[in-house]
Amino acid sequence: MKNSSSSMATPRSRVKGLGAAKTGTGHFWAQRITGVALIPLVLIFIITVIRLAGADHAGAVAILKGPLTAILMLAFVLTGVYHMRVGMQVIIEDYVHGEGVKLVCLMLNTFFAALVGLASVYALLRISFGL
Amino acid sequence: MMADAKTPAERPLSPHLQIYKPTLTMMMSIVHRITGAALYFGTLLLVGFLVATAAGKDAHAMVGAIYGSFLGKLVLFGYTWALIHHMLGGIRHFIWDTGAGLGHPERETIVKATAVGSVALTLALWLIFGFGK
Repeated sequence: MKNSSSSMATPRSRVKGLGAAKTGTGHFWAQRITGVALIPLVLIFIITVIRLAGADHAGAVAILKGPLTAILMLAFVLTGVYHMRVGMQVIIEDYVHGEGVKLVCLMLNTFFAALVGLASVYALLRISFGL
Repeated sequence: MMADAKTPAERPLSPHLQIYKPTLTMMMSIVHRITGAALYFGTLLLVGFLVATAAGKDAHAMVGAIYGSFLGKLVLFGYTWALIHHMLGGIRHFIWDTGAGLGHPERETIVKATAVGSVALTLALWLIFGFGK
């Protein structure tokens, strides 16, 4: 790597440090960093679910309307859908080998994660601001 | 060479799962992936609840009745276990990422701790908060 004349890589690709796979440790790191964040967020989510269990509609709205609960639930949902998209991507890449099918699966994975995230955020914001 | 690009080459494959004797760490790795996939689709339960609550009283009551039914509780119980198991498994992997706990007795100990811990925590949560409601 030090001797540029012995490397087939362009100077730019040497700087980026990426090989033929076109990606580096970004995916691995994204999975870890969302995973770390999800440890406290999952605990908060469980506590929120316990508070919500048995509450009637007005009670549930009141709980989810609380600024702290709303913000942390938004954080949980957004971090969660990112984490699950990255995780499902690995599963697809491991088991789906046909290039076309794989591409479709990876797209559907992104669409699913985005829809789950958007629907949850919409609902949480509507509960907070709109009802 | 280029003309044959579309037909998969007959290359030797590396041994896969069925070749190896199942080990505890291997099984738990598989369960980690399965619980991850289950949680992926399990998010629909959360979306269903949040959207119904945002939609209004009737939708919230309907979802509450479905989730509160025997089958609903069974699914939620499974979801709870999957969530806790995957979280503890994630913590285990963080420990392994640092290079710690990979030795012979430690790696089995840590795997058993997360397996037992996930079941114990799930049961504790449901016994304390779940069954009455």
